[in-house]
Amino acid sequence: MIEVDLSKQFSSARHEPPSASRQSPLRGVDAKFSSAARVLVLFGRSGSGKSTVVNMIAGLAAPERGRVVIDGEVLFDSERHVNVPIERRGVGYVFQEGLLFPHLSVRQNLLFGAARRGTNGALNKGVPFDQVVSLLGIEALLERSAPTLSGGEKQRVAIGRALLSRPRLLLMDEPLAALDTGRRSEILRLIERVRDECNVRIVYVSHSIGEVSRLADDVVLMNEGAVIACGGTEEIFNRTDLRPYTGRFEGGALIEAHAVRHDARYFLTTFAFDGGELIAPGIETPIGARVRIRIRARDVTLATIRPQGMSVRNVIEGRVAGIEDRGGAIVEIRVRLGVSGSEPSGRELLSRISRQALDEMQLEAGQLVFVLIKAIAFDKRSMGFTT
Amino acid sequence: MLSNEEIEIIALSLKVALASVVLSAPIALACALVLARTSFPGKTLFDAVVHLPLVLPPVVIGYFLLVVFGKQGAVGAWLHDWFGVSFAFRWTGAALAAAVMGFPLMVRAMRLSLEAVPPKLEWAARTLGASRMRTFFAVTLPLALPGVAVGVLLAFARSLGEFGATITFVSNIPGETQTLPLAIYSLTQSPSGDAAILRLCAVSVVLSLAALAGSEWINRRARRSALGADEGTR
Repeated sequence: MIEVDLSKQFSSARHEPPSASRQSPLRGVDAKFSSAARVLVLFGRSGSGKSTVVNMIAGLAAPERGRVVIDGEVLFDSERHVNVPIERRGVGYVFQEGLLFPHLSVRQNLLFGAARRGTNGALNKGVPFDQVVSLLGIEALLERSAPTLSGGEKQRVAIGRALLSRPRLLLMDEPLAALDTGRRSEILRLIERVRDECNVRIVYVSHSIGEVSRLADDVVLMNEGAVIACGGTEEIFNRTDLRPYTGRFEGGALIEAHAVRHDARYFLTTFAFDGGELIAPGIETPIGARVRIRIRARDVTLATIRPQGMSVRNVIEGRVAGIEDRGGAIVEIRVRLGVSGSEPSGRELLSRISRQALDEMQLEAGQLVFVLIKAIAFDKRSMGFTT
Repeated sequence: MLSNEEIEIIALSLKVALASVVLSAPIALACALVLARTSFPGKTLFDAVVHLPLVLPPVVIGYFLLVVFGKQGAVGAWLHDWFGVSFAFRWTGAALAAAVMGFPLMVRAMRLSLEAVPPKLEWAARTLGASRMRTFFAVTLPLALPGVAVGVLLAFARSLGEFGATITFVSNIPGETQTLPLAIYSLTQSPSGDAAILRLCAVSVVLSLAALAGSEWINRRARRSALGADEGTR
């Protein structure tokens, strides 16, 4: 359990360093949330104060007022004048830039935090050195010197180094931001494995919907230094009132599903969720495994009659639940899935269509529609295992 | 080639210079750390005081030392009574004078190299469980080491050439406080010293060049490894 209630004002002279230059500098951060999730993601635009919050949890930045409690142990409390020093907080940190020690070898970097003594509070039992090394695939790098590594390799070592210091909480501040696309998905997969195999809680800072939908159990939504909402990932990303913060331009819905059968001949897998079934490439997904699938609004087509003779594999019935028209060429339709269409708990999907299509089809709330989604609209990047 | 007397002078100069940097290096490192990593009211004044020996006439420094560290001086008398340490007209005084005069050079080089160590690397060390002390000795100091070494070397070279403060503070006593520059000065006062002057001048040039070459070598090596390290520490 992690409980955070912090506020910090920035004087005009030194505002938050990572804020984007075109935005007005942040005047302060005021964050209150608590979560027992395995992976908690702080999500928001750059400059919304996410990094400041994790820095305050780690003790690298000093809040003016507030409390930080992890598993019942108070790390910071302004009223009771508690401020545990950074090195005794038992909090690991993976920075954006890796920040390996350039004068040390990879092995020495990995072992730097291993000497950490279990001072106050329980440290994590820890993962053995060899297991961390093989999990991260860095066996061949051990004797190299840190500056000779590539960006992706550096980040692997940085994750290993943090893990081997046996933290009870692992903070990750946009660990993929400095990497190219190929390396990103590679490191993201590793982070998923760390989450599943290393029994360490993670607080992850991100402004990428892809990362959030793959990793997050809980989400803290931040904007301009304030917490807009905190809760389960599906709940947050499917709440329409939060759409301005969860990404108007990458609109979509998150669906939790599990693999029910494979079609080995076509390399397709059927996923079931409350509201229907989806066919998508996912042959490597074990049967029964739970996945979170992100369906982008622009990949969803609507029809008023059941179409035939077409390439689209997924046709799901639903009813129009709402039409969001902000003017312009594009409108967004919320569709509640389910055969009866009136189930109150039914899943909602978003579809982005042209206003012309809306007028021609004469869509209105409550109307029966067929939702069409190409099987190949999802790839590995939009699916995350949640076990 | 060199007379015994001249060899003694050179040995004394090296001893004084070595003692001066050994004495001042830890203090200079502490001052450099304070200047590089902290901010407090009065920091500008502190900075100015540290740099004072660079701009004051050396004779003035020598006189201050005489007043403070001489036999009757406040600190000098106390040191003599309690520890039996005496600076007045002794080679230790020459070392003290050289240390004070070389101090700003040393602090400057150390400060620059400490400032070049990214504070975020120190953060990383702290989050890995390292105390401030361990962070300094395991991360900051090794990364700043080339600059620290250059600072020590520069101050060493400066000590070999120290004249004004030394002669004012501890006078010019052959075998005790007469270092290379003082010996050369004495020789210029005598009519038959030309050959000896030339020899001692040559030794001065060689020693100074060696110190400069050493610091340049350290700098180059550091730059070469910094090129590789650049990406990771940005």
